[in-house]
This record gives sequence, C-alpha cells and structure tokens, in this order.
Amino acid sequence: MKERFIEIFIKSFAWLSGLLLLSAAFVIIGFLLVKGVPTLSLSLIFGDTSPADALLLRRQVLTGLFPAMAGTCLLVLLSVGLATPVGLAAGIYLAEYSRGNLKSFFSLFYDILAGVPSIVIGLFGFSLAISLHHYVKEIYPCLLISALALAFLVLPYLIRTTQFAMESIPSETRLTAPALGATKLQNIAYVLFPRSLPGIASGVILAIGRCAEDTAVIMLTGVVAAAGIPGSLLSAYEALPFYIYYISSQYRDAYELQTGYGAAVILLIICACLFLAAFYLKNQLMDRMLYRQ
Amino acid sequence: MKRECFAETGFLGAAVLSASLTALILIFMLFLGFPLFRGGCFFTLLTTPWNPDKGLFGIYPMLAGTLSIVFLSLCWAFPLSLGASALISVIAPTGFAKFCKKTVQMLTGIPTVIYGFVGVFLLVPFIREMFASGSGMSILSASLMLSMVISPTMILIFTDTFESIPASYSAAADALGASPVQKLLYVILPYSRQGIFAGLILSVGRAMGDTLIALMLAGNAVAVPGSILDSARTLTAHIALVIAADFDSIEFKTIFAAGLVLYVFTTSLILLVRIIGGMGMKNR
Repeated sequence: MKERFIEIFIKSFAWLSGLLLLSAAFVIIGFLLVKGVPTLSLSLIFGDTSPADALLLRRQVLTGLFPAMAGTCLLVLLSVGLATPVGLAAGIYLAEYSRGNLKSFFSLFYDILAGVPSIVIGLFGFSLAISLHHYVKEIYPCLLISALALAFLVLPYLIRTTQFAMESIPSETRLTAPALGATKLQNIAYVLFPRSLPGIASGVILAIGRCAEDTAVIMLTGVVAAAGIPGSLLSAYEALPFYIYYISSQYRDAYELQTGYGAAVILLIICACLFLAAFYLKNQLMDRMLYRQ
Repeated sequence: MKRECFAETGFLGAAVLSASLTALILIFMLFLGFPLFRGGCFFTLLTTPWNPDKGLFGIYPMLAGTLSIVFLSLCWAFPLSLGASALISVIAPTGFAKFCKKTVQMLTGIPTVIYGFVGVFLLVPFIREMFASGSGMSILSASLMLSMVISPTMILIFTDTFESIPASYSAAADALGASPVQKLLYVILPYSRQGIFAGLILSVGRAMGDTLIALMLAGNAVAVPGSILDSARTLTAHIALVIAADFDSIEFKTIFAAGLVLYVFTTSLILLVRIIGGMGMKNR
C-alpha cells in the first residue's frame, strides 16, 4: 500500500514539475511574442531614415534599433574573432599535446575561468581600460575593451568544445595518418582538425550567441544608450541587450516601451537562429560519424 | 621538424595565455581593492552595513541579498529540475520526453535579459497585485525568475547523469520486475547522487553570478532583507550600480571587494565539484 502511494506521489510530482516548467516557458515566450511581434516593422529598425541610406551609412538613424543591432554585430564579430584563434589553439594543445598533471592543471584553470561571473569579467575589462588609460590617453571603456572582455568570457567554452571534439575522434581514425608516416602536426592539420570541425563550429556558434546576449560585461565596459554607429574601435557603442535592459528601467512613453518589446523579439530570434544552427551542425557531425565509417 | 616545434610552442602559448587570464583577474581585483585590505578591515567590510553618510561602506547587506536570492531560487529550481528530469528520463512516454528535452535545450539559449524584461512587465506586476506590497520588486520575484534561468541547465546535467547509468544495472532492475518509479528510486537516484550534487553546486555558481535578473527584479535597496517580499541588492547588482561612481572614492573600491567575494565563492564551488568528481572516480 505504501509502495503504491509513493509511486503515485512521485509520478504526479514529476508530471507536475515538468508541466509547470513548460507552461512557465510558454507563458514567457508567448507574452513576449504577443506584445512584441506587432511592433516589428522596418520603421522600428530604421526609424525615419530609408533603409538603403542607413545601411550605406549615408545618414544617421536616430530613432530606430539599427545602431544597436550594428553595435551588437560588430561586437560579436570582434570578440569571436579575437577569441577563436586562441581558443582553438589552446584546445588543440589540451587535446593533443598535454598529458597528466599539466593537463589537469590547465583544465582546472579553464574551469575556474568558465565559472567566474560575467560581471566580474566586466569589472576586469573596466580595470584593464583604466589601467591602460594611464599609458594611452585615448583608451576609455569602448568597443575594443568590450570585445576583449567578451573574448575572455567565451574563451573557456571554445577551448573545452575544441578539446572535446578532438578527443572524441575514434582511435582508428587517429592512428591512420601516423601509421602512413605523417608527423603529429600533419595528423592534426589534415586529419584530426578537419574531422572535428563540425563540433568546433557548433562551439563557435554558441560563443557567438553568448556574446550577442551578454549584458553584464558590456554594461561595465563601454556600452551606452545612444551613440549611433561606432566610428572606431575606441568609441562608445550601442547594443541590443543593453537597450532592452535600459528601456525596461527608464522608458519614457508607450512608444519607447514598444521598441523595447521589438528589440527583445529581435534578440530572441537572433539567439534562436544561432542555437538552431549549432544544433544542426552537431547533428550533421553525428550523421557523418555514423555513416562514413 | 622546425615547423613541428614552432606549432607546438604556438599551441602552448595560447594555452598559457588563456590560463593566465584566470590568475590575472584575481591579481587585478586584489591590486585595485588593496586599499581596503590594509589594517585587516576586509573582514569588517563583509560584516558591516552600508551607510555612506556615516562613512560605513560594508557590503554585508549585498552579501545577505545574494545569499537569500540564491537560496530561495534553488528552493524553487532544485525540486522542479529533479522532477522534470525524472519525467524526461524515466516516466514520460518517449515522444513527449524528447519534446521536453528539446524545449529545455532551447530554453538554455534564451538571453537572460529577456527573462528579466518579461519579469519586469509580467511577474513584478503580478507579485504586486498578489501580495499588495510595495513595488513588487522583491527577493520573491527575482528568485522565481532566476529559477527559470538556472533550471534548464540543471535539468540537462541531471538527465545526462540519469542516462549514464550502466545498461546492466538498468537491465537487472527490469529483470527483477521493477516499475519505472522503483527503478528511479532504488537504482538511478542512488547511482547519480554525485552527479546531482555536482549539478546543484554548478547551479549555485550560476545563480550567484547572474547580474541582470537581480538588477532588474530585486529592487536594489541597500538593506538587509527581512522577508521575501523585501527588496534586496546582490553583489553583482552592486558592481553594476556603483561603477558610475567617482573613481577614487571608497564607495568605488567596495566593488572590488564584491568582485573578490564572487570570485572566491565561484572558485571554491568549482574546486568542490572537482573534489566530488575525484571521489566518484575512486568509488567506481
């Protein structure tokens, strides 16, 4: 009798928590879509400026989301561009060259770095900017500093995904090239690296997603509410997630609030697309691994 | 052969560079917060209240705010995640379980700022109406939304652990005629104790490191919270709010103390997970 009771209790608890989670998620996303989708239009993005003029940078967009979207794009390109080469190289070192104590020492450091809260990374970026300011007067918190700090944030993830992708290559594949007389570097360059590319690519896409969504880091390192398209690496800039945060706390009228909903929907769509791309690449990897062998 | 050497040095350089960042962040925090440590007043800082008018710059209220929000959000998120992962791995029919897992994976990709935004315009008014108290920006609102942020990752860790039990264990339970729930209770859960604990600790780290939810939903009042409907400020939100202050002020220096506390906390959590993982290896 007691067993029966426990069984029913656990089953209903599991169903309850699963359904609660799903419904909460659907309420959150549904609320955003219902409020946000009707606001989506070209004028939301470009304001009164014509899209062609804005895209060719002939005229400033003053009321639309275009500067924030451009800022986010530039930021993502820069930070992922900075982090990817270092992350891949370190990942390759971890997977192929380091052994024993050295390896666990390195991975401990990366684990700690991955666990450091993003606001602390932002604070580090900010301190870096003010320290550099003593030597180079032009450096304030700016696009470049934000990109650097974001690169620090995603570096451990890149390293780990690269390492994991390389290490999960089966040993038959791993030993073929050396058996034919290839050196270690040749083996990495012609066999192991190309083979783990889909896994690495999905890691890079997830890193792009993290850069696009992160707000805490950029808040401390140079994002502002109104700056237009950044003119150089050392200027302030706008970004979508910060715009959303800013609107939620200081919107002045209903129209501004509407643009906030619009911005949130746009960010959600961007992140969902990136996520699906990463997912697709990962599955591609699985298929290739399964069918080619 | 020269190229081999060159490449290896390059890879090593990247690895050392990335690892040194971890140390560099700590050094920066220590160096810039240094004026606070002289005379051993760092620990008094952690236990005194915040009252700039009287010259008191303790971060105790923020520490209390952080701990209460983290604790409360885990109180919601942990049972929820455990139940949901039991549903996904054991109880639900395969099709629905797959759908749930896909949805949970998608949820991990939603930006935190969006959770915060929806929280401000949906959850906060709701809490305000429900409890008819103040602005609705409270520990309760922040912890509810934060539990939504940390649950998906926790569920993924739990389901991974549940699904990693050896097939022979699972088959043995089936052969003895165990129902799915009995299998969960007597085989899967005891076997995944360490995985569950590790997932819980990692979630504590995530909840503690989150800035935006608390910043947007907890109201940021600098006082030790007395109830869950009180407004509170977390260490992370404190850093975000004070950054605009005058650079030479003591007020500004306290954010490095807050950063240091966060760094030390999260690092010890990671070390704890490692130690548990090491114990798990030995036991098997």
